[in-house]
Amino acid sequence: MREFGYQRADDVSGAVALLAADPDARFLGGGTNLVDLMKTGVERPARLVDVRELPLDTVEATVDGGLRIGATVTNSDLAAHPDVRRRYPALTQAVLAGASGQLRNMATVGGNLLQRTRCGYFTDLSRPCNKRAPGSGCSAVTGEHHNHAILGATDHCVATHPSDMGVALAAFDAVVTYETLDGPGELPLADFYLPVGDTPHRETALPSGALITGVTLPPAPVAARSRYRKVRERASYAFAIGSVAAALDIEDGVVREARLAFGAVASRPWRAHAAEAVLTGAPADGDTFAAAADAELAAARPLPDNGYKVTLMRNLAVAVLTELAEEAAR
Amino acid sequence: MAPAPSSTSSAVTLNINGEKHRLTVDHRTTLLDALRERLDLTGTKKGCDQGQCGACTVLVDGRRAVSCLNLAVAAEGREITTIEGMAEGDRLHPVQQAFLDLDGYQCGYCTPGQICSAIAVIEEHAAGWPSAATDDVRPEAGPPPLTPDEIRERMSGNLCRCGAYVSIVQAVTRAAEAHEASAGDEGTPAETVKGAAA
Repeated sequence: MREFGYQRADDVSGAVALLAADPDARFLGGGTNLVDLMKTGVERPARLVDVRELPLDTVEATVDGGLRIGATVTNSDLAAHPDVRRRYPALTQAVLAGASGQLRNMATVGGNLLQRTRCGYFTDLSRPCNKRAPGSGCSAVTGEHHNHAILGATDHCVATHPSDMGVALAAFDAVVTYETLDGPGELPLADFYLPVGDTPHRETALPSGALITGVTLPPAPVAARSRYRKVRERASYAFAIGSVAAALDIEDGVVREARLAFGAVASRPWRAHAAEAVLTGAPADGDTFAAAADAELAAARPLPDNGYKVTLMRNLAVAVLTELAEEAAR
Repeated sequence: MAPAPSSTSSAVTLNINGEKHRLTVDHRTTLLDALRERLDLTGTKKGCDQGQCGACTVLVDGRRAVSCLNLAVAAEGREITTIEGMAEGDRLHPVQQAFLDLDGYQCGYCTPGQICSAIAVIEEHAAGWPSAATDDVRPEAGPPPLTPDEIRERMSGNLCRCGAYVSIVQAVTRAAEAHEASAGDEGTPAETVKGAAA
């Protein structure tokens, strides 16, 4: 590991200023991803600015009925918060589906959004990877890619975003707030992650040096009936091979409002707008749910070894939507 | 403008098992290596050193964490509890005793991490935290019973290559039942996890 300086920030403006003073500095939150990447040499910061003690560790109800989640709230506290469990249960389920109890106690909301892909080539310094070493090539396209992207990928990179939390946040129209030297700003999660294109190393639209200060969830009554379901290669403590966050509002057997997002299929949490368009106003039955999933997955471009994900995601989406419809009928 | 030169080591005071330890650490030093190599607290084990096995689990401010991904310099000001700090004198912690009584181990290498994790699992459950095994996470549904499925899910961050999981689940079950009974006796709220919002 490269030697590095360390400073603990007391307030947001101080943290932003400390980072700006050194182009090779990184913010340190829970460290569950960054410290690991520093050990393998993927990340080589000259300085860490520790932001874990910033006063951004609360979850608060907003006046309009949404939630304001601070960037240093741990995954554990987010998942356990009564308002999250009551108003956005799929968000609690998504957070609890990720990592382990130990890691959830350490990991923060801001860091969760900025965690890097777990593509094995990204962390293998001996292999080409356009995300780690721009222009070096993508080893996964012709290599091991059974858990790589089926939506939105390019020949330059087929890595997936590993977050579970982000999938629920995408379904609920989260907005990321941040602070820069020039003042605060915000980005809807839909615009937060950049398209892969030919620049997979550029992952987010955050301005250079920006510190994520929190995530705002707008009010979403539909989210009160929501679920997150994750499929993985062992029963617990593993990254998804596919996941679904969904919410349904059904009246008289007809879908009034639907939210659907997919995880582990793209370089970002994938909001399924095409599926939502099919669901809205249609009968809440299996045919509709299958048609919705098919509409979204029509754009899928699987690789030789991950075609199973198209079937998996179709079945998973139908199953979760069916569960929600049955719950609504009870 | 070139950044100001930055020191790559710091003098820190680590609060471990109620004792203050003053030492100078290279910033690259993990809490795990500081415990084992600098402070001779070798009960905390190094398994994978990348946050995947749980052998290095300790409590930080009362919450379980993997010490291999915590930097020692970042642990200053926090209360660290290691397996060495769990017993009261010669009296083992009830979770330690349950692991002994029910053979919750084989080779023993993962055991300190398993026990630290289990102690926290029991507190988290008592505070009403749901898990990925909880069917209904809404607060109105109430706290889930600590079934074997709940224990397996909550303990999934601690791997045991000997495969002593069956006995580990039994040990955690027994310790949790004893914890619940004693909390009931004292008539005190069970919420002891720091800042638990449930």
